[in-house]
Amino acid sequence: MSIITSPFRPQGIALAPAPGPGRRPVHYLNAAYGVRSWLLTTDHKRIALLYLVSLTLMFIIGGLAATLIRLDLLTPSNKMMHADTYNKMFSAHGIIMIFFFLVAAIPAVFGNFFLPMMIGARDLAFPRLNLASWYVYVAGAVMILWVIFGGGVDTGWTFYTPYSSKSSHTQVLPTLVAAVLAGFSSVFTALNLIVTTHRLRAPGMTWFRLPLFVWSMYATSFIVLLATPVLAMALILVGVERACGVGIFDPALGGDPVLFQHLFWFYSHPAVYIMVLPAMGVVSEIIPCFARKNVFGYGFIAFSSIGIAVVGFLVWAHHMFVAGISVYAALIFSLLSYLVAVPSAIKVFNWTATLYRGSVSLQTPMLCCLGFIGLFTMGGLTGLFLAALAVDVHVHDTYFVIAHFHFIMVGGTVMAYMGALHYWWPKMTGRMYPEGLGRIAAVIIFVGFILTFLPQFVLGYLGMPRRYHFYAPEFQVLNVLSTAGASILAVGYALPLTYLLWSLRWGEKAGPNPWNATGLEWQTPSPPPPHNFAETPVVTCGPYEYTLQEEAASVG
Amino acid sequence: MSANTGALWEHYENLEQQHEANVLGMWVFLATELLIFGALFTGYAAYRAQGDYSASFEHASSKLNLGIGAVNTVVLLTSSLTMALAVRAARLGRRRALVVLLLLTALFGTVFMGFKAVEYYEDYEKKLVPGLAFDPEEWRHGPVKPGPVQLFLMFYYVMTGLHAVHLTLGIAIMLTLAVMAGRGSFSPRWYAPVDIWGLYWHFVDVVWIFLLPLLYLIGTHGKF
Repeated sequence: MSIITSPFRPQGIALAPAPGPGRRPVHYLNAAYGVRSWLLTTDHKRIALLYLVSLTLMFIIGGLAATLIRLDLLTPSNKMMHADTYNKMFSAHGIIMIFFFLVAAIPAVFGNFFLPMMIGARDLAFPRLNLASWYVYVAGAVMILWVIFGGGVDTGWTFYTPYSSKSSHTQVLPTLVAAVLAGFSSVFTALNLIVTTHRLRAPGMTWFRLPLFVWSMYATSFIVLLATPVLAMALILVGVERACGVGIFDPALGGDPVLFQHLFWFYSHPAVYIMVLPAMGVVSEIIPCFARKNVFGYGFIAFSSIGIAVVGFLVWAHHMFVAGISVYAALIFSLLSYLVAVPSAIKVFNWTATLYRGSVSLQTPMLCCLGFIGLFTMGGLTGLFLAALAVDVHVHDTYFVIAHFHFIMVGGTVMAYMGALHYWWPKMTGRMYPEGLGRIAAVIIFVGFILTFLPQFVLGYLGMPRRYHFYAPEFQVLNVLSTAGASILAVGYALPLTYLLWSLRWGEKAGPNPWNATGLEWQTPSPPPPHNFAETPVVTCGPYEYTLQEEAASVG
Repeated sequence: MSANTGALWEHYENLEQQHEANVLGMWVFLATELLIFGALFTGYAAYRAQGDYSASFEHASSKLNLGIGAVNTVVLLTSSLTMALAVRAARLGRRRALVVLLLLTALFGTVFMGFKAVEYYEDYEKKLVPGLAFDPEEWRHGPVKPGPVQLFLMFYYVMTGLHAVHLTLGIAIMLTLAVMAGRGSFSPRWYAPVDIWGLYWHFVDVVWIFLLPLLYLIGTHGKF
């Protein structure tokens, strides 16, 4: 299964000429060699790989912090680490995983690599800005690692005042700078993706022929652009308060800590959608391909991304129901939080309808996507519990909340990230990963995840607060279950890391289109040539013409 | 981008497409910028709307140097004029006029910064800098309280400081563009850098138009 036989291949795409005897085809990986050719590259594909490597490193470090947290929580008292160390550990975990992994993960790797290819462009609109975004990211990452290994920071990832202003004696200022840098790196990427989508689409690539991944990246980029600056400003104000000894958020000096929470969540709630919308885009690509069916309800999925982006901006205060906001405000934010579930539900129904009567094959990317649908649905539905005012008062700041957002971010986004990695790995590297191991890893991750986080719903409902170092002895059984699950999860993540590296050298050659997929990115050799396409493609049909392809194959 | 013919980046079809992408990119960037200042405006508004804060805000505002604020407004608006004329000169291919107008724009920006520096120093001498030179006891009379006063002053410094950072960057860019224009990097077919940094310059000016009333004019109630 190397070259697609579909008659619906967009016209005008010449697969790169077959290499003559003894001549290897030129692709983006062998077009130039040497450290300079990587560190000064403006090729979006190489920058995506730079991001992939740095994000993986950050994921490992954030994961190690999580491992230590879970080990520490094995026992209610008699702790392996000091309470201060514990605070620094969960802060490190949150800051790294959110600002340095999840926000950048899918847009900076797969958006960077595949958005131009999916719309038939030769590169992103601003290649040098793209490279700059990676350097800004690295500057932030180096800074946060310097903070963490040089003593740590204990504010939690939310930087609430006064935890981050008066009462913290750790390295808060450099942490704030690191988070702002990470934010601006994501802004640069988002700007690039938006302009590229508007201005560099191939002839015939109309808005409603865009792959759904592009729609979700577009919606995500808008959130990044409009929310990130507000976070940056809020963090800068905290920095000013610390550095100058004034009281912008200090009630003793006339300030208001709740204002900080408003500004913070104005970014950080939409940030949840920055993290999960790209994952939804990935799922919308993979499901039709492995169900061999046209995606169900293209328009609904596309516009629900926009709907999430818009409504997602209007729900931030549901994090503050117990912070002393007015009951009327709380009422409205509760209602809007229910509303934002609607477009997410639309997507889930459409994916399910796409699966219905499809010829589903359970390859690794598909297993990850099915895992995504299940876990995301649980995460989303428990989000509705939290949107309900009375229930939120009961479970606020408990492990129920922890479990809820890990279902969305780990069960949702990381699962989809794994799916994307396996789905596009053959295109990025030209090699297949070992399918059997891939399936095993997907199942291990799913099982490990459930075991880690399902008990936390119960813990939270029973009243175990988040961020506490010591806990009541009756919570120990559930905590042990959770830690056991985390160790399984760790194996599940270590496995792909190993076999994907292995496949770089020993993996089977993939060919241009191992999945028989229809998107433009599959109509060019693997790995792609430096300018993606031998000549600019002309698009004559939508992105998911699987039904016609299958019929043609069965007739022919 | 050394010569006119070399201005086309290899992943664009033609200069028009490239120009459009550049302009759109700048507008999108300005949307981000707007939200940066928006966060500050929101914070300012949230505090000032609290009933007992507005008296302190107005009192502190009346201590700022309205004269310098007014002169700087005129300087900055004039720089917007020279900027707009520079874009026109670029479109018409008048290289000499373009260089002169870009340099003038940078000059007006520098004059603004000069006045601003004088003003900051004066603020320091008048003990208007919380955390550095500020005496809470001076601000305790009637409805005026030191807490809201230091809030107002912090917003004043963060807002004008952020604006000054933007302006400094703008001046550096104007000088760079002037050098590029002198070397003949622009032509009527390719002048997108002048066009987009013109947008940026106007944006920085518009921000000042909002800062003037928020910071300087609210203290003038009943004075005129």
